[in-house]
Amino acid sequence: MTEPAGLLRELSPVVLSVLVRRGADFATAEDAVQEALIKALTAWAEQPPRSPKAWLVTTAWRAFLDLSRSEGARRAREERYEAEGHAPAEEVDDTLRMYVLCAHPSLTPSSAVALTLRAMGGLTTRQIAEAYLVPEATMAQRISRAKRTISGVRLNQPGDLGTVLHTLYLVFNEGYSGEVDLAAEAIRLTRQLSSLVDQPEVRGLLALMLLHHARRPARRGADGRLIPLADQNRDLWDRDLIAQGVNILQAALARDRLGPYQAQAAIAALHADAPRVEETDWLQIVEWYDELAAFGDNPVFRLNRAVAVGQADGAGLAALARVDPSTPRWTAVAAHLHEGNGELRLAAELYARAAREAPNLPEREHLTRQASRINALLRQG
Amino acid sequence: MAKYLLLKHYRGAPASVNDVSMDKWTPAEVEAHMAYMNNFAKKLEGTGEYVDSQALTPGGMWVRYDGEGKPPLTDGPFAETKDLIAGWMIIDVDSQQRAIELAGELSAAPGAGGKPIHEWLEVRPFLNCHEPVSE
Repeated sequence: MTEPAGLLRELSPVVLSVLVRRGADFATAEDAVQEALIKALTAWAEQPPRSPKAWLVTTAWRAFLDLSRSEGARRAREERYEAEGHAPAEEVDDTLRMYVLCAHPSLTPSSAVALTLRAMGGLTTRQIAEAYLVPEATMAQRISRAKRTISGVRLNQPGDLGTVLHTLYLVFNEGYSGEVDLAAEAIRLTRQLSSLVDQPEVRGLLALMLLHHARRPARRGADGRLIPLADQNRDLWDRDLIAQGVNILQAALARDRLGPYQAQAAIAALHADAPRVEETDWLQIVEWYDELAAFGDNPVFRLNRAVAVGQADGAGLAALARVDPSTPRWTAVAAHLHEGNGELRLAAELYARAAREAPNLPEREHLTRQASRINALLRQG
Repeated sequence: MAKYLLLKHYRGAPASVNDVSMDKWTPAEVEAHMAYMNNFAKKLEGTGEYVDSQALTPGGMWVRYDGEGKPPLTDGPFAETKDLIAGWMIIDVDSQQRAIELAGELSAAPGAGGKPIHEWLEVRPFLNCHEPVSE
């Protein structure tokens, strides 16, 4: 991405919040900001503005007035703005409110994701549609319906930061396809959020994302195949990102307000900390999974805990027996644990079954390879 | 140009010639198969004949409307005997002959023993959404 485009998208939520503070309704203001972003791309190429933010606010405000057309409403709004005045400190709160609004609980997760990427991320509808592999018209409808849903929400309602974090985490997990790197975008937005609000869980989520992102270069082979954590070439891990993630996490943990994102980041940090898989501190990882359980029963965490228990003291199958077998990836974990137990025939059968149950192609191919590898061992033995 | 659907089945197609389940292949045979499938799609992108391909999980169920105010009726998971689609590739080609040629090539993907699977694929022409402009 070129420099001005990056700056534009950085400013997008700030400009939006200024317009809303001036009395613009969210839906029209959001359209106006998109127009201003597009205009800026050509205008700034010819002549970069002295103050990019002021330029964008002016242009977006004009676009908003054009869009809303009603002269009477316009005058009323301008008078109200003059009377209110505005201050930069409030701008921070306003931008934060925009985040909360875009992830409002009345929206479905897919709508909150789409609206956040457009209004906060400054992405175009086309880019978002491409990233989620749906037609552009579908994504446009999803966004305009989302805007209608939240149009009745009062902006001064205390927001729920939890839904914002969840939305950003969903974006992060989508990874990347097409021209937009959603993982990088989620990190950028979480960084911005973390500069707006001082909360350990926001830092925890940012640390978690950075630590996972650091491993991305090692997660796929040259032919695109999935490489599990244990087999990754750790020289390919991004040490700068890991150091950043660990620092952010340590500062958050020091404040003694633990939450699930910090606990997950702690587990990711322990993996990142091991120079070789054999040096992983599995005992501490199990302890962190126990901490995680305090925030609510989650079968996926319990499944991952069973893997860690298997590595820590060999009692993985006993831990697995306490997890609901209908949990996604249960069969794959069972295969792995039985293989560790030396029960190869059973492991091969379970890998083959796990491949049939796999939720995506890279995992299916990985599990098929595991079944084939163990069957080859059995033929030799 | 005309679009064709190449349908692959988990069950319900006549048995392929080289009929061994994939987990029983050697690791090298598995790699060769996956490489062949990836290259096939890439090659069709290169010739401008590729439209889409998707795979389906074996899970699923039948669903139908069950009357006013009642939840939809479901039946499933599927019985072992049911014909079961595994996935598809959509191609846009100049002729039926070309569609058959490409389906044949896809069916020749290597399997156990490194030999072609000779899998039966269903080839289905699309029903066009609009009539030709010239009458």
